[in-house]
Amino acid sequence: MTAATAKLVGKNVVNRRYFLTRLSQGAACLAAVASFPRLVFAQWNEGAFGAKELEQAIAERYPELTIEDSDAITLKVPAIAENGAVVPVTVKTDMADVSSISLFVEKNPTPLSASFYLTPGSVAEVSVRLRMGETSNLVALVEAGGKLYRAQQEVKVTIGGCGG
Amino acid sequence: MKIKAKVKGDAVAVKMLINHVMETGRRKDESGELIPAHYIKEVVAKHQDAVVFSAHLGTAVSKDPYLSFKFKGGASGESISVTWVDSKGETETKESVIK
Repeated sequence: MTAATAKLVGKNVVNRRYFLTRLSQGAACLAAVASFPRLVFAQWNEGAFGAKELEQAIAERYPELTIEDSDAITLKVPAIAENGAVVPVTVKTDMADVSSISLFVEKNPTPLSASFYLTPGSVAEVSVRLRMGETSNLVALVEAGGKLYRAQQEVKVTIGGCGG
Repeated sequence: MKIKAKVKGDAVAVKMLINHVMETGRRKDESGELIPAHYIKEVVAKHQDAVVFSAHLGTAVSKDPYLSFKFKGGASGESISVTWVDSKGETETKESVIK
């Protein structure tokens, strides 16, 4: 940008507005390059992942949706987790038009654990392993057809997963 | 990162295991200093260049994350690629062939 600016100055074609426009374009460009690479269409949700209470995390993640409990969601978690550092979780549903699935551990320092974005070709079945600091409800929210559905189950943790 | 993609019925089941510390930022080292957070934030899976699955992860995902998902429209012999990006901007991409 500096080289280009110098060249323009040399040719005497710089007026103030032009210069400022070019400057701001350059800055925007630099900012975009400097930010971390981003892969997913939706942005990693700082507010939702940083929220310390379940209700707040859900409100940040799905601000415009009300929750309905659903038994059409299968939430597979161990009733007792011997090791809270590795708790296997599987969520599946036969609901149509599932666009996202999010997992929350109610009593973790930040409840939102993961959000999965599905596509029209997806089969709504995802698995992940999570950390649980203590015995807690595990809440799965499924976003389908513009609505939000919930399934939850308590997992008893004998050795917490957030310590050393 | 290890990826296993396999045709199961009318869908492809994809399993991945990523080597990553997934530091929460809450753990302390031996001298009592907090170990800075360092964790995977985004995972994207593509089938023949089309995104079929993506995920945003937080610090509650276990060390060396395991993830699995399923999608339709894939066939044996076609390629799957998975890319992750972590909180320090580090990234890895790996390809695998559907079995």
